[in-house]
Amino acid sequence: MTILLSLQGVSKRFGGLQALSNVTFDLPEGQILGLIGPNGAGKTTLFNAINGVYPPEEGRIMFREKEITKARPYDHARMGMARTHQIVQPLNELSVRENVMVGACFGHEHQDLGNASKIADEVLEFVGLAPRADQLAGSLNVAQKKRLEMARALAARPYLLLLDEVLAGLNPSEIDSMVQTVLRIREQGITIIMIEHVMKAVMNVSDRILVLDYGVQIAEGSPEEIAKNEKVIEAYLGDPKLAQQLLEEE
Amino acid sequence: MKLWNRYSGLILPVLVVAALAVWPVITGKPANRESAFTILKAVALASSLNILLGYTGYVSFGHIVFYGFGGYVGIFLLTEKGWSLWTAILAGGAASGILAFLLGSAILRLRGAYFALATIGVNEAMRAFINNFELFGGPTGITLNFSVYRDFGGAAHALQTSFYIGAGLALLALLLSYIVRTSKFGLGLLAIRENEDAAEVMGVVAPRAKTWAYVLSAIIPGMVGVLFFFKNGNVEPHDAFPLHASIELLVMVMLGGQGTVLGPILGAFAYQGMRGYLVTSPIFKDIQLSVSGALLLMIVLFIPAGAIGWLRHRVPPLRRVLA
Repeated sequence: MTILLSLQGVSKRFGGLQALSNVTFDLPEGQILGLIGPNGAGKTTLFNAINGVYPPEEGRIMFREKEITKARPYDHARMGMARTHQIVQPLNELSVRENVMVGACFGHEHQDLGNASKIADEVLEFVGLAPRADQLAGSLNVAQKKRLEMARALAARPYLLLLDEVLAGLNPSEIDSMVQTVLRIREQGITIIMIEHVMKAVMNVSDRILVLDYGVQIAEGSPEEIAKNEKVIEAYLGDPKLAQQLLEEE
Repeated sequence: MKLWNRYSGLILPVLVVAALAVWPVITGKPANRESAFTILKAVALASSLNILLGYTGYVSFGHIVFYGFGGYVGIFLLTEKGWSLWTAILAGGAASGILAFLLGSAILRLRGAYFALATIGVNEAMRAFINNFELFGGPTGITLNFSVYRDFGGAAHALQTSFYIGAGLALLALLLSYIVRTSKFGLGLLAIRENEDAAEVMGVVAPRAKTWAYVLSAIIPGMVGVLFFFKNGNVEPHDAFPLHASIELLVMVMLGGQGTVLGPILGAFAYQGMRGYLVTSPIFKDIQLSVSGALLLMIVLFIPAGAIGWLRHRVPPLRRVLA
């Protein structure tokens, strides 16, 4: 199995806040890695570090056997990494198709405008936004904007796709169809890291799960292992033994 | 039909410029020619500024610096080094392009209001520098030797030739604007305008794209500067770097619609037309700049997308023609 992405001792500090400390993992090609943890655990910061938005102060990040620790976001994009944003970032005054074309034109395949337009139509069909291709991106609703984020990332035909809470704010039927979309993306051979709060979904689709709490990697393993891990339960719900003790004292 | 679809956005802009170029030839009046020249000059400058302001979303309050600097370099080469008008115009454009490249590398990392403020600083600094730069004549500037017009068959003919060159430069500016607008490079600029961080995440190399947009928006103003001061007969610091002219350019671009090819052209036309009326009207002649200010305020408040932007929004079928 080839390792697509490798993090070694990645740390990031914002002033007095240690946002990430010593995060280390290897991501093999073709897997889905779920990234979970309570609010403020540093999940999006980890994406920003991997993606070059906030380069880490310590540690190394290797992508396809090249060091990318200090590279800029556009270098990452050109090397075949794409991401979606937790807070959607549509290019409001451009059409949905043009938004996706930006991904295809400037991503790692560097398509010309003609090809980009074809790819955009294919990808929009795939994520179910084809009927809205000519609409302005600003006029989409939140669920559609999330799909647009995904379409833009996919249009780059990346090796690695970082999905930041693509399920948040969606209703149950939208979640189901988005999960199907994620699985179909993996079938195309794209490796995925997904940050997610919807536990059922992330447990179902991930091959492995990594749990962050206060910037520290507290557990890593298969979904089953993670569901039973005491540290993880503690991070989410507090110390189960202590809780029990307090209840008994009452 | 395919050709029509492909270039339909170019038809109206070219028609406007062609009409402006032909109008004085048909009427044969020198006064019309001078009015048309002023409008064509505004068209060329506004279309150039639009590449930065409209496509890339960076507000430059000092764009006239490229007009002044290019003009100075060209006139200097023309009078002191004996270059021909053509090579001087090219050199003026190149000089402004290089200046934009150097400036852009330094100040384009600033965003929003900070960039806008820096551009004002650049214009004022350049004016102060030229004022004290003896090679360019310091505060008195450079006066053309009358003999340079002889090559064109005298001053009257030189004016006529300048007019045609001016029309050519306006056409060049709008072609450049159109090519940028419809290119992959232009798509990258639009992405930067909409959301620079998201654009970078998608792979747009924003620092490089912005610098080239700045360079492209500076070259034609530099060429226009050389032509204007050639026609004018002399160049002085206060004529070359008037801050209010930068603001008037902003009004033109915003009035017509930033980010469209046709918008700045119509904006330049409308604004110069209005200005022509205001400076000759007894009531407004002293306060015509306040009218521009008020106009800018109204545009920003009520039609921020400009006339063409508003039309495109209201009447979607027109989008293809009103590129």
